[in-house]
Amino acid sequence: MAKEKMVLVSCGTAIATSTVVAKAIEERCKAEGIAVRTRQCKAAEIRSLAQDADLIVTTTPVPSDIGVPVIQGLAFLTGIGRDQVLDQICAALRD
Amino acid sequence: MRIVDLLHPEAILLHQQLADSTEVISELGGRLKALGFVKDDFVKATLAREASMPTGLPLMGEVNAALPHVDIEYVNSPALGLATLVEPVIFKNMVNPDEEVPVRLVIMLALEQPKSQVEMLQQVAGLLQQPAAIEQLMNAATPDEVLGILEELPAVT
Repeated sequence: MAKEKMVLVSCGTAIATSTVVAKAIEERCKAEGIAVRTRQCKAAEIRSLAQDADLIVTTTPVPSDIGVPVIQGLAFLTGIGRDQVLDQICAALRD
Repeated sequence: MRIVDLLHPEAILLHQQLADSTEVISELGGRLKALGFVKDDFVKATLAREASMPTGLPLMGEVNAALPHVDIEYVNSPALGLATLVEPVIFKNMVNPDEEVPVRLVIMLALEQPKSQVEMLQQVAGLLQQPAAIEQLMNAATPDEVLGILEELPAVT
């Protein structure tokens, strides 16, 4: 079995938005058979936690030099392109 | 928990003509304060948060939304506020603060527990994904009409 991937999910305060996003990612990955673990964090914590992450999904701005692939998670609030974003997340985790 | 459970009719402001996002946040927050839902410094704290972590969201339909909110310490008891605007005001995009989002629907969240924040955000996100319901809200003339539209929304689980 492939190594479990870690997705860092960040939003402004690590409470509401990131929980909604993390839940959607976990559900889809489970359906696709991808072993994944999510960790929620505040926008301000991204830099210190990024080194342990395989992917960052965020609803806040992220520094461009973070060294980990970043996917915007606003689709989980607005519904715009939600399925495409989930596809992107799965593709990034399969690499 | 549903949107209608936390939305007081007096915290619904319809067809407002307001100058900017600061005025919208001050008006809505002022209502929540007058109703006793939030503390004295709620508006100030919400304005500060909006400046550093904006909440504008471009949506699928013609109307865009913003969800101003703040940390739970400024809240006495959970409540929402809702404003529809005749002319859009500029909020900054949540993921890209350099981008301006013209907003005509503002839903203010004043929640006092992390768990209720999550549940309510899911309900609000469910609403934001329904352009037809948003169109109805924008046309609503009375708070009762708004509550009626929101009553019809299926709960998001």
